[in-house]
Amino acid sequence: MSVVDRQEWDVVVVGAGGAGLRAAIEARERGARTAVICKSLFGKAHTVMAEGGIAAAMGNVNAGDNWQVHFRDTMRGGKFLNQWRMAELHAQEAPQRVWELETWGALFDRTKDGRISQRNFGGHEYPRLAHVGDRTGLELIRTLQQKIVSLQQEDHRETGDYESRLKVFQECTVTRVLKDGARVSGVFGYERESGRFFVLQAPAVVIATGGIGKSFKVTSNSWEYTGDGHALALLAGAPLLNMEFVQFHPTGMVWPPSVKGILVTESVRGDGGVLRNSDGKRFMFDYVPDVFKEKYAETEEEADRWYDDPDHNRRPPELLPRDEVARAINAEVKEGRGSPHGGVFLDVSTRMPAEVVQRRLPSMYHQFKELADVDITAEPMEVGPTCHYVMGGIAVDSDTAAAREVPGLYAAGEVAGGMHGSNRLGGNSLSDLLVFGRRAGWHAAEYASERAGQRPRVDDLQVDSAAAEALRPFSAEAEAGESAGGPPENPYTLHQELQQTMNDLVGIIRREPEMKQALEKLAELRVRARRAGVEGHRQFNPGWHLALDLRNMLLVSECVARAALERTESRGGHTREDHPTMDSKWRPVNLLCTLADPTGGLAATDPARGQIALERQTTEPIRPDLLALFEKEELVKYLSEEELSE
Amino acid sequence: MATGTEPPATEPHPRGGVHTPTRAAIAAPHLRTDRWWLAPAATAAGLLAFVVYSTWRAFANADYYAAPYVSPFYSPCLAENCEPMRGGPNWEIFGPWWGISPAIIILIFPLGFRLTCYYYRKAYYRGFWASPPACAVAEPHRKYTGETRFPLVLQNIHRYFFYAALLVAGVLTYDTALAFRDETYDWGHMGLGTLVFLANIVLIWAYTLSCHSCRHIVGGKLRHFSRHPVRYRMWQLVGKLNARHMLLAWTSLASVALADFYVYLVASGVFDDPRFF
Amino acid sequence: MSGYVARLKVWRGDAEGGGLEDFRVEVNDGEVVLDIIHRLQATQAPDLAVRWNCKAGKCGSCSAEINGRPRLMCMTRMSVFDREETITVTPLRAFPVIRDLVTDVGFNYTKAREVPAFVPPAGLGPGEYRMMQEDVDRSQEFRKCIECFLCQDTCHVVRDHEENKQAFAGPRFLMRVAELDMHPLDAAPETGLDRGRTAQDEHGLGYCNITKCCTEVCPEGIKITDNALIPLKERAVDRKYDPLVWLGSKIGRRRP
Repeated sequence: MSVVDRQEWDVVVVGAGGAGLRAAIEARERGARTAVICKSLFGKAHTVMAEGGIAAAMGNVNAGDNWQVHFRDTMRGGKFLNQWRMAELHAQEAPQRVWELETWGALFDRTKDGRISQRNFGGHEYPRLAHVGDRTGLELIRTLQQKIVSLQQEDHRETGDYESRLKVFQECTVTRVLKDGARVSGVFGYERESGRFFVLQAPAVVIATGGIGKSFKVTSNSWEYTGDGHALALLAGAPLLNMEFVQFHPTGMVWPPSVKGILVTESVRGDGGVLRNSDGKRFMFDYVPDVFKEKYAETEEEADRWYDDPDHNRRPPELLPRDEVARAINAEVKEGRGSPHGGVFLDVSTRMPAEVVQRRLPSMYHQFKELADVDITAEPMEVGPTCHYVMGGIAVDSDTAAAREVPGLYAAGEVAGGMHGSNRLGGNSLSDLLVFGRRAGWHAAEYASERAGQRPRVDDLQVDSAAAEALRPFSAEAEAGESAGGPPENPYTLHQELQQTMNDLVGIIRREPEMKQALEKLAELRVRARRAGVEGHRQFNPGWHLALDLRNMLLVSECVARAALERTESRGGHTREDHPTMDSKWRPVNLLCTLADPTGGLAATDPARGQIALERQTTEPIRPDLLALFEKEELVKYLSEEELSE
Repeated sequence: MATGTEPPATEPHPRGGVHTPTRAAIAAPHLRTDRWWLAPAATAAGLLAFVVYSTWRAFANADYYAAPYVSPFYSPCLAENCEPMRGGPNWEIFGPWWGISPAIIILIFPLGFRLTCYYYRKAYYRGFWASPPACAVAEPHRKYTGETRFPLVLQNIHRYFFYAALLVAGVLTYDTALAFRDETYDWGHMGLGTLVFLANIVLIWAYTLSCHSCRHIVGGKLRHFSRHPVRYRMWQLVGKLNARHMLLAWTSLASVALADFYVYLVASGVFDDPRFF
Repeated sequence: MSGYVARLKVWRGDAEGGGLEDFRVEVNDGEVVLDIIHRLQATQAPDLAVRWNCKAGKCGSCSAEINGRPRLMCMTRMSVFDREETITVTPLRAFPVIRDLVTDVGFNYTKAREVPAFVPPAGLGPGEYRMMQEDVDRSQEFRKCIECFLCQDTCHVVRDHEENKQAFAGPRFLMRVAELDMHPLDAAPETGLDRGRTAQDEHGLGYCNITKCCTEVCPEGIKITDNALIPLKERAVDRKYDPLVWLGSKIGRRRP
């Protein structure tokens, strides 16, 4: 069939955000010839959108901080569903990963004595987030990008070729992970620019494609977040973990409509911003849940004192974990105390002088000025929840980041599940990228070198069927006529309907009948998506790209809906109106999604059955020395009797 | 395979710039719809007016001294043919062989300072040379080498002119002090001219000190501000002035012309300097 | 302030040729040019090629020229235009076009590779770096750059003279040289790399005639000319043209 360009590499990294680049750097430094594939231009990944900072217990601002405290905060934030070994590694290694960035040229904001400054953030007991104003993600991505360039410069000095050992394939999309028997043999993809197909053969593939936010209507995520990596892993036979946990960031812009969902960084609250309803009341004091009662201020006076004297006062409830704040805002709006455009007010203008706002929150100032014509130094912002992050993801081994079931497949960053449990703390994603990006790159390189003599074969049949699948949207029109299934569908319309469905029916507050309805709608969309047709040719054709991405979004959305329907409790990023409390019986339960048709085929199956099979799995008990870091009284709130007695 | 890192084309095309064949085929050299030509036109008009005025005054060799005021164009006056100024800035370094206007000797320094100034460079490159006339408006020149070759590589000597401009500003400060005399050289007096001179010298100093070279020398060249707190402070101050370099360039240009014109009016007898005390 | 229909001219085509096409697109309250392009894509021209990503002015992907001025489409509000006005959107005109609004910005990636990377100081391990805020302020300003390449696009040195692309790194990458030269811990001098000198000798600083278009178009408001390019020129002067500095170094005063 199609003649496809083939190249051989040791490690292929899919995704060039923080995790992908960190993995690529590690793999290359460990001697593996490494290719990085990204959908956007190099350096444009969604990581640039991260604003607040990188959580790492360096103790630069408060010497009381250490990895144990960070571990505790992470477990609390995730409501103890975290893959505890990941949380442990993450807390232990994050400081190293941040310091390493400095040796690659990163310039963080400084403390008075010249160390890396750290700021407060929701759910973190101490000031812990290394940051650069409110553009930390940009600093991270640029630093990693420049480190890659510096490695390429090294290679150029030695071999005369910048790309001899580390190459970035930008504006390319991977549509299939190829396999040789059970193990990975490479990836199949296309160049967005030309539409040409290519195959990169490699024994090890690291998936670092980020999240799934583009399946929701109101989201802070960019177009790239179509759940590609989740779908690639599923299709390759690897299970996804706890996909019901989707984080809605409490503060996204709500007006004007075209920017609805764009993030308003949590640092606004960390630096003193407060939430008010239309009555002018700081309503968060009414929403402190029992598990957090002792840790948060009960009066505005105490909360205000905390900014200057955190050792003798409790923190303001605006800094509760994100799930709590998002639910509180949702409830206020629902009860009619919202702002004119359906959000609540986030105010810094009465809390600090204009020049302080401009210095500490420059890009927020800029963003509101340019996009909403609002001067945040003079008036409050209007904010509301926005789909921000998926805690669920590819099930991985904590130490090696290896995906289950598929030898040679690794995953790191947002696309990997487990680390954040049911809810992620702000600042923990950037450190997650670095810690597990490095681990994925390390183990992928090791795996590849161990198999240097027996490289997997690429199966021509798989390549041909991948090519046929990718070309399908161009022939949709002809086919649709033949099978009389209906007229060709506009991929943009399908995408909008999908987003609306997920937003309305599997959104921040979930109900059983709605989720069932969502599954039916998804089944309908799936059938229609097979008729998604595109005009024009393969060269930089966004309609075609979207038609291909629909497969991934539909798969992932089904995982989210199915898992959400299954878990009959409320925990972190999963809130059931019909099961409003946390249930300790669900605490040790992971939900795993796999492909219903294990051959990886995607025939338009019976709507009720769908494409996804769910399986419950009991988690590994938390190691006793880690449990011992918590007070007994606190553990009682999360763990069941049996777990405690063990 | 496309990685976006292939080397760029190097052959100069017969149709260059935005009409290079690989670029988007758009016939218009630019698509700006605003009045982009206004700024370069105004700049060119302003500079031209000053050039005409200053050429006339520099070569006039007359009406530049009306005790106690000396025109800034003629200060310091360094030739034998200068009008004698009591206690004034005339030192006869150049002998009787210097026949033309003594302004020429000294004007070369402030002129050079302004000609190589980073702001004026922008102003005249855009206003006179259309290189470029405005942002994203195609320039008419087929070849461009910027400041890499003679003579424009000489723009790099801006710093010498800055050092000279400091001396000239010192002399003009001295002149301003002398303006606190009356026409009989008695100290402790003031007239309208004194105010004109004061305004001028303030603007001259502000312009001179706001210079980019100055900003570099006082602190910009340092790697570690934290080890040089005083110079860091100075750098910040100069930086604040530097942000207004364009404004200061124009106001000091106007004020120096005005000061000269004032002396001309008094010296040529059009009107008498109103004395306050 | 409800919806209206705007007149749009969008360049469509590829390296072989193309031209401005007329469209009429609905506009709602608070929308930006990128919203309109997306609506065009979803309703009238599904294969219209456009690069974009974050839609919040943070990634620098959606660079284009709107009414002849280089801008980010996501940060250009429709309300700045007159409703009767025809809005023209074209790809960046300094780079080879690929298709519609998408250009080949490879020039920038090539130039990025030519700037030697940060050199970590010997003898300082991770976690031992100490830098004062006032010492990192300047480089931090340059690191705000989102690499939208609007400055590279507007700079007449390469925009109007294709042949200069070989010798000239462009404002973005000269600024990168400045960033590293001002980095308080960059150890390039210890390895014999004089960034101030290479700015002129290797990256074409002399081509810059400081006409400030880079600063004018920068969506991040970075003072590229005043804070990066001119200081670099002054540093080059230090090395090559200033007799006092030369004398000072001969007499044995240490370099700052």
